[in-house]
Amino acid sequence: MIRVVLPPHLRTLARVAGEVELDVSGEPTQRSVLDELEARYPVLRGTIRDHVTHERRAFVRFFACSEDLSHDSPDAPLPEAVARGSEPFVVLGAIAGG
Amino acid sequence: MSKVRVLVGTRKGAFVLTSDGKRERWDIGGPHFGGWEIYHLKGSPVDPNRLYASQTSGWFGQIIQRSNDGGKTWEAPGGGVTTSPGGMPAGESNKFVYDASPETGKPLTTHQWYDGTQRPWEFKRVWHLEPSLTDPDTVYAGVEDAALFQSKDGGQTWQELSGLRGHGTGPSWQPGAGGMCLHTILLDRSHPGRMFVAISAAGAFRTDDAGKTWRPINRGLHSQYIPDPKAEVGHCVHRIAMHHSRPSVLFMQKHWDVLRSDDAGDSWREVSGNLPTDFGFPIDVHAHEPETIYVVPIKSDSEHYPPEGKLRVYRSRTGGNEWEALTRGLPQRDCYVNVLRDAMAVDSLDGCGIYFGTTGGQVYASADAGDSWAPIARDLPAVLSVEVQTLP
Repeated sequence: MIRVVLPPHLRTLARVAGEVELDVSGEPTQRSVLDELEARYPVLRGTIRDHVTHERRAFVRFFACSEDLSHDSPDAPLPEAVARGSEPFVVLGAIAGG
Repeated sequence: MSKVRVLVGTRKGAFVLTSDGKRERWDIGGPHFGGWEIYHLKGSPVDPNRLYASQTSGWFGQIIQRSNDGGKTWEAPGGGVTTSPGGMPAGESNKFVYDASPETGKPLTTHQWYDGTQRPWEFKRVWHLEPSLTDPDTVYAGVEDAALFQSKDGGQTWQELSGLRGHGTGPSWQPGAGGMCLHTILLDRSHPGRMFVAISAAGAFRTDDAGKTWRPINRGLHSQYIPDPKAEVGHCVHRIAMHHSRPSVLFMQKHWDVLRSDDAGDSWREVSGNLPTDFGFPIDVHAHEPETIYVVPIKSDSEHYPPEGKLRVYRSRTGGNEWEALTRGLPQRDCYVNVLRDAMAVDSLDGCGIYFGTTGGQVYASADAGDSWAPIARDLPAVLSVEVQTLP
């Protein structure tokens, strides 16, 4: 079970409260977690990464285990603590604008 | 008794204002989509409870929202929680991808950037949604970077009408200060295949075959800020308006200059007349008097606020040239708000109502064609768009 924390605007959009829990087959990566997230909540397609290229949107960041994973390969394994569900994979909007 | 519904898009959400036909007392619903920029929302002429909204964010991109109950509840078309793998294709309602198909891939070209270099088109947001005059599931979207999209399934999927970008002048288009946006879409009731659009900064364009082919309609425009002031394209058109009873007559608020065309855009002539300044953004037409038009003069392109700190709507009852200031009920001192291009609309009650919103968060309304005004909302976020529905 992968725990995902979404920023407030995306929780509202997906109509979820609190964390999202996802079943991801195989070793979880950013790509596989986001694929599963978007499959379950299609309205989130395009909000975290580009519809076509799947590149992360510029003002979105990925954190986990006190590390910034935003610039990691989308196919790199996520930390073990995220894979076993003891730590969440955090999607957040960068602090910018007003 | 008739009712009026005013749809207000703001920097931080959408609001739905309702009143009876007297238009004296208003209820304010919202915010919907709090915290998001709502560039535009508009109802279907054939099903007034079918509304479309453009919800957008610099962080999270573009969302299309749809309501089937006049704005009480909303959904992202096809974007709900997936419960079965065989369910409806979903999540495409937010997807605006420029046409790059081999058959019509010519539109995948470049446009001019601020520094004169060429750049590829890059989707940023939907500025304007125009529901079809005949089918509530058909809706057009004007987007930045400038292009026109169409949905025939209630906003679930979108396809570019790529003949517009592909007709040949695209490489000469360039962004205005607000971006390179297609902000105006006018549908012609008398000629079902005819449509007008306007782009900042490219100009006005017309199709007579439902969007397959297009041509610029900018003859008569004169813009000092481009190398050839009379160029075929490159003009910063801010807004176009028409009266549906006479769709070959168009009125334009350009970056500078107010103009009219009596031949469906084939030629234009200036009708700024005695306006204190002919810079501005919105322009609209009285619901029952095709020669009565409204603008809000703004001091200049570098000072986006009313001249002398006086918020004045100007009305011409002669289709331009002769203008009168409408001031009763509007602030006449220390007012430095702007009125954006999509932030003026009219209702169709007997005493035609005029509405506009400001960057200061006020929505003003007149129930007597502009003779007197009152704020119907005072403290909203900056207003980006105003649309009005007259309901039975």
